[in-house]
Amino acid sequence: MKGGTALGRVLGHGSAKNGVGHWWMQRVTAVALLPLTIWFLASLLALHGFDHASVAAWIAGPWHAVLLCLLVMTLCSHSSLGVQVVIEDYVHGHGLKIASLLLSNFAHVLVAAAGVFAVLKVAFVAN
Amino acid sequence: MAARPLSPHLSVYRFAYTMALSILHRITGVALAAGLIVLVCWLMAIAGGEAAYARFTAVMGQGLLQVVLAGWLLAFLYHFANGIRHLFWDAGYGFEKAQARRSAAIVVAFAVVAGGVLLYLFFCPEGVRS
Repeated sequence: MKGGTALGRVLGHGSAKNGVGHWWMQRVTAVALLPLTIWFLASLLALHGFDHASVAAWIAGPWHAVLLCLLVMTLCSHSSLGVQVVIEDYVHGHGLKIASLLLSNFAHVLVAAAGVFAVLKVAFVAN
Repeated sequence: MAARPLSPHLSVYRFAYTMALSILHRITGVALAAGLIVLVCWLMAIAGGEAAYARFTAVMGQGLLQVVLAGWLLAFLYHFANGIRHLFWDAGYGFEKAQARRSAAIVVAFAVVAGGVLLYLFFCPEGVRS
């Protein structure tokens, strides 16, 4: 047994109070997505058409823009957590697994940034 | 191969349709992750202006991609309903075998019925919707 205090020996090896963090955030984002996705589908159905002017005018509504940003960010978060588990379960080989996890993580952040930027650009340019 | 016992021993179980629903949640989840890219491409195309949006709709208007879009809608409805089923499990409800089978049937029925209605509303000819 190495020296050091009892505290020093256990630090970094046990619970960091983060054990259910991934599991919990998957559920938090799932619950948030229930109303957000229903709102999104209902809004698409209510659109008069999918031409550029109609869609841009809809996105430019202040609350529409806010909810769309939340939708994109929450979808990306939920998707990132889910794809991470799938990679951890099915991708074998340490290097390939780490590379896949990094790629998935970066891709989800990129998609989230692009989605939020697009919504804000439409919202600010249209008004 | 490792000599130690390995879980989850899929081959020792008699197949039950609830098992197919379980893996389908993952499959639809991964499919929807890909769909998320297209959703954001749609937003980026709108932000890019009328010409960019016209290019996007021209690509997505192709027959095969319309089928893929319809598939994403069905995948979403299934993942949505089965996700609620998972949330009930997380809260500690619905674990009995009979309950799990009934909730499975409800999820599939919801996906089929809601899918049929939404596919009709989104893809029906011009003018029917108003």
